[in-house]
Amino acid sequence: MLELEHITAGYVRGEPVVRELSLTVADGEAVGLLGPSGCGKSTLAKVAALLHRPFAGTVRLAGEPVRGFRYRAPRAQRTRIGVVFQQPRLAADPRLALRDLIAEPARATGRGQELAERAAALATEVGLGPELLGRRPHEVSDGQLQRACLARALLLRPSLLICDEMTAMLDASTTAALVAVVEDYRRENGAALLAVGHDRVLLRRWCDRVLDFPAVPATA
Amino acid sequence: MNDASAARPPLLAVHELSVRFLMPGGRHVAAVNGVSFELAAGECLALVGESGCGKSVLASALLGLLPGNARTRGTALLGPDDRIDLLGAEETTLARTVRGRRAGLIPQSPAAHLTPVRTVRSQLEETVRELRDTRRGALRAAAEAAAARAAFPADHLDRYPHQLSGGLAQRAATALALVADAPLLIADEPTTGLDRDLVDRTVDELRRHTDEGHGLLVITHDLAAAARMADRVAVMYAGRIVEVATAADFFGAAGPRHPYARGLLDALPERAFAPIPGLPPELDALPEGCAFAARCDRATDICTTLPALTGGVACHHASEAVDA
Repeated sequence: MLELEHITAGYVRGEPVVRELSLTVADGEAVGLLGPSGCGKSTLAKVAALLHRPFAGTVRLAGEPVRGFRYRAPRAQRTRIGVVFQQPRLAADPRLALRDLIAEPARATGRGQELAERAAALATEVGLGPELLGRRPHEVSDGQLQRACLARALLLRPSLLICDEMTAMLDASTTAALVAVVEDYRRENGAALLAVGHDRVLLRRWCDRVLDFPAVPATA
Repeated sequence: MNDASAARPPLLAVHELSVRFLMPGGRHVAAVNGVSFELAAGECLALVGESGCGKSVLASALLGLLPGNARTRGTALLGPDDRIDLLGAEETTLARTVRGRRAGLIPQSPAAHLTPVRTVRSQLEETVRELRDTRRGALRAAAEAAAARAAFPADHLDRYPHQLSGGLAQRAATALALVADAPLLIADEPTTGLDRDLVDRTVDELRRHTDEGHGLLVITHDLAAAARMADRVAVMYAGRIVEVATAADFFGAAGPRHPYARGLLDALPERAFAPIPGLPPELDALPEGCAFAARCDRATDICTTLPALTGGVACHHASEAVDA
């Protein structure tokens, strides 16, 4: 599904935070990437999500090399990937009611009508009742907002879901609930998962394979 | 709690504390409802619960930092000597004699708490100057001593907040909270977003400050951190304390007694990894009876009446739960 080959990435040329890193996520596989804060795992997650252009290396999605990142990434490739970030407050447009937040990718791709039913079903799946869907981010808790962000990431039925510290801000029960939603989705759709985090116990329980970030072999 | 602390009046005695937010259209949000607890010097009490259950509002209430539309009831006596009611005191009293001096706050996101355009040293010196009558010439040494107490490395004092890692920013904020040697420390989610190693280090440092005689009220949803540092655990649900237990009982063989608390522990990935079904009730529409009944597999008719917190647990079915 996802192949990262010899990725070197960072923000200042000459000081890469990720060096020569290779990693493969097979179709339907769940891979956990473990590392302490500041080790570059979020940068790698952004490269994998086509949100950050690496200095060097190749990213292949379903066998096809990725030629552009961020707004230059082809829509057909971008929409195969769903992303959930650590901090829902930073990842959610504060002006949007949760209902519109979940439907954001549908509107961005001009498929709002077609996906309205799916958006409503996903809201129920992540546990958001109708009374919450009319609220805006400042009127809900972190846990409720992260539920909406997960629903948004699943709306276009991605074949790869990337979760960058999705549950780091959340309590145990919400964590278990969101992981259960991800796993139900993967079972039904055969989607792959790249989960980045620092909680070894959680990733071991959640993923098929867990890699320690610095120990990822340079040539996999 | 040891015998010496039990004989003295508690450092902090909160009685029937309630916080209501008045909302437009005459709505009320009941964020904290009739919460009572005591905290002794040298004791760490962990307040745990899901996000949005009222934990942080409780901390803000104790420090007089609630927004203007909040209304509080109850008392919160801060000792040990010269007891003052934190809820009834004037803002000027709180500002001049309580915050920073008698009650220190270790904030949730230290990077956002620090002033971004000033170095750690400059912020520490300012705090030392404000809180302790230190001569100008002695400021530098006093600030360095304050940094050392929080294990903040001296060679990082001239850095700006954005140049600090999460763990160092945490220690800088802790150093500020410790400057005046306030007997009560309130830590609001001190480990959120830190990785496990940093969580353990932060927790051990907070535990050390507790062992030095500070009373520590730590608000957290991180049960592993609570297990590592707390003497007692209070579980909050929908603005009420539903269980209070010693950490040894709560995390040990005895286990929690309230169904919600058991659900929280069972949700941990090292245990059953099973979420509690449903979501907590909205705080502007709390049910008359037990707020957890709608999610509870033990709920019966009696749960439509509010269970009182008796013997450390607020549940009509607590005694059955122990056998299960």
